[in-house]
Amino acid sequence: MKSSRIKNSLLGTTLALGFISSTALGADKGIKMGDSFPDLNTFALEGNLPEALKGKVVLVDFWASWCGPCKDSFPVMEELQTRFGPKGLVVLAVNLDEETATMNDFLKKHPVTFTVVRDAKKKLVSTVNIKSMPSSFVLGRDGKVAAVHRGFHGQETRAQYVKEIEQLTSASFASKQP
Amino acid sequence: MKSRFLLALAAACLLLASGCANVKPWERSVLADDTMRPDRNPLAQGFADHTWFSREASSGGRGVGGGGCGCN
Repeated sequence: MKSSRIKNSLLGTTLALGFISSTALGADKGIKMGDSFPDLNTFALEGNLPEALKGKVVLVDFWASWCGPCKDSFPVMEELQTRFGPKGLVVLAVNLDEETATMNDFLKKHPVTFTVVRDAKKKLVSTVNIKSMPSSFVLGRDGKVAAVHRGFHGQETRAQYVKEIEQLTSASFASKQP
Repeated sequence: MKSRFLLALAAACLLLASGCANVKPWERSVLADDTMRPDRNPLAQGFADHTWFSREASSGGRGVGGGGCGCN
């Protein structure tokens, strides 16, 4: 009698543990719209972050050299930086390659003028917990996430970027004027 | 007896669950490698297809498109 009780309690504990671990695996953590984006200075990213990100509209893009759509997104991000840079946009590409050399090889073949840093320890990406590659976050001047993009879908994503960035840059400028 | 069976079942489930790997999107560089594509070599794929449809009499049955008419 006693042993069956022990067995039952053991069984209950095992099932409970299984349930807890399965729910923990499926937990949907990460950054969503309206959240404050983490302070990039606290993640020991390789490379130089732009000095003044505060008060800027920032497009944070997570990419890797092995990811095809990431490669497709590069010319678009370059265009955005050129077009909206003077209005206060900063494009910041966060590389997630295993090795710096792989990233550098890619950048030699596809040179860009926007800032590229590397999350070598994968601390930032783990905090942000992206769901697909590439993933990007458009941050308003207040540092809050105004839009989240999963993947890069060519002209469709480009049009969304332009719309969001136009809105964010012009709205901020308008609010600054007396 | 029943509880022992359930216990064994639960333990087996947990053991199997521990074999599941949660690969994050940024950890898929090896999976994204060209060598992971089963059809990376068109010639080898052609030979394999030929062997397959000769054996199975199902020309074009692999992948999308084509039927299984066996005409060839």
